Amino acid sequence: MKNLFPDVRKLFRFYYDGFRDMSAWGRKVWVVIIIKLFIIFAILRLFFFHDFLHDKYDNDKQRSKYVLEQLTNSTNTND
Amino acid sequence: MIEHLNMSLVDWSRAQFALTAIYHWIFVPLTLGLSFLVAIMETIYVRTGKEEWKRMTRFWMTLFGINYAIGVATGIILEFEFGTNWSNYSWFVGDIFGAPLAIEGILAFFLESTFVAVMFFGWNKVSKKFHLTSTWLVAVGANLSALWILVANAWMQNPVGMTFNPDTARNEMVSFWAVLFNPVAVDKFLHTVFSGFLLASIFVMGVSAWLMLKKREEWMAKQSILIAAIFGLISSLMVAFTGDSSARTMASVQPVKFAAMEAHYYGSDNAALTAFGVLKNSGKKIGEKEIMDFAFRIKIPGFLSVMTGGNKKTYVPGIYDLVNGPDTIQGILPVIIKIQNGTFAREVLADYKRAIMLNDTQQIRIIKTEYFQSKKFMDEKFRYFGYGFLSKPDNAIPNVAITFYSFHLMVMLGFFFILVCAVSIFLTLKGSIAKQRWFLWTALLSVPLAYIASEAGWVLTEVGRQPWIIQDLMPVTSGVSQISAGSVMTTFILFAILFTALLIAEVSIMVKQIKTGPKH
Repeated sequence: MKNLFPDVRKLFRFYYDGFRDMSAWGRKVWVVIIIKLFIIFAILRLFFFHDFLHDKYDNDKQRSKYVLEQLTNSTNTND
Repeated sequence: MIEHLNMSLVDWSRAQFALTAIYHWIFVPLTLGLSFLVAIMETIYVRTGKEEWKRMTRFWMTLFGINYAIGVATGIILEFEFGTNWSNYSWFVGDIFGAPLAIEGILAFFLESTFVAVMFFGWNKVSKKFHLTSTWLVAVGANLSALWILVANAWMQNPVGMTFNPDTARNEMVSFWAVLFNPVAVDKFLHTVFSGFLLASIFVMGVSAWLMLKKREEWMAKQSILIAAIFGLISSLMVAFTGDSSARTMASVQPVKFAAMEAHYYGSDNAALTAFGVLKNSGKKIGEKEIMDFAFRIKIPGFLSVMTGGNKKTYVPGIYDLVNGPDTIQGILPVIIKIQNGTFAREVLADYKRAIMLNDTQQIRIIKTEYFQSKKFMDEKFRYFGYGFLSKPDNAIPNVAITFYSFHLMVMLGFFFILVCAVSIFLTLKGSIAKQRWFLWTALLSVPLAYIASEAGWVLTEVGRQPWIIQDLMPVTSGVSQISAGSVMTTFILFAILFTALLIAEVSIMVKQIKTGPKH
């Protein structure tokens, strides 16, 4: 355990120094990454991409029943 | 309940998935190949200790980093779409996708993301050998990520290693190894990663050619071209070899797609391969689908038969035969018979559903024992379950023109790249490449062509697979969620904006770095 903290500190310094000394292109790319992840997870996932079956049904039994209905419904054809 | 299938919903859902996949694929192949090229360059640096190799490695590593960072997480959107737009499909697929994607997340992604930090932050902080090991592990990790995604995609092209559970309406994996070593997965993985290596080689050659045209960094550009051309030549030959193997596998597991990519309508032995062709409508039809004919064609007699079965005597069934019969063509049932089998399988499942609703335990047991636990029923009827959704046989025919042109464009460009790589090696070793401006321009203009070839490969794979979302088991129309077409259209537009912005960001940051050149 004694040796663990210096290792963790070293690891922290490694990342800290890496980000601090980052090149101009690296900073630009990180800005793009953060904006992109924000749009994907905070906007698209939250507001537009709900799990259809999870939202509509409470449990897997209901979901199975729904899909089974979809698979056997005679009006469901490829026209 | 599906009261009426809204085709605009299906079309928008397909368009959205295609858009996301096409954009995602702009970033992926360069990551796959450039990671290895950077690792090769760094290996030379570590072995020789020469600073110019380090400079060169860091320059290409920068371009790799930009592409990697902009592309990362763009694939996650595809997973969102599965749950929202393709819920029937996602449920029906069951745990088949779960296992490979979970392995991808845990093994490959963590391997990649841990060592990417060492790759970029670790210069002068860790030993040369540890840094080099990290670079190689990033390359291996990136390609391992691709493996699991391609295994999942291959299962959609050729579903194996699973059984259908009628109680849950899901497929359950019975053999992980059958899924992993699915012949389509093996072909697809090798063909895709080698095509990524080739694209990255063309990219490196193109950028180096630009530097030479500008009379900058001549030593670095020459060395880069030589390494990329050798790597590219080997990769392009492997692309051709694995492409041939893919086609052979396709002929047995997706025969209609195989016939469509050659616009081969009527079966024959000594079947010709089209080297180049222009299609036109023939005026004849299969059902409601127009039969395409050749307005112009350069063909290689007998070669399609050789490609399929190893000799000219091999009979290659055409689209017409595969749809209308006879009863079997080399063990392949025509669509017309598959529809009967699929319809029967759907009726059995409908009976099972009714028995569950009525809580008729005896009937449930009988149907389970006689059908779903019977190998004969599962192998002969249920494997064609998806055909039960087709109202007419010609629905099993994909868009022949798109399938044909995407295949031929990919192949022609593939052969062109073999030539580009070979000429590059020759001119570089001869020492005259810097003077051959026509060739430097060719190498530079090959970069967009490599992306076009790579995307054409996926267009062939996915358009040629239509109407299936899971080959023979589920058509695209049955996999879609019953949501409003308007909401899918909205997210389609959002994605188009987001991805275009990302692409502009990538290209502009990358162009700036290329213009800046390697650090002194």
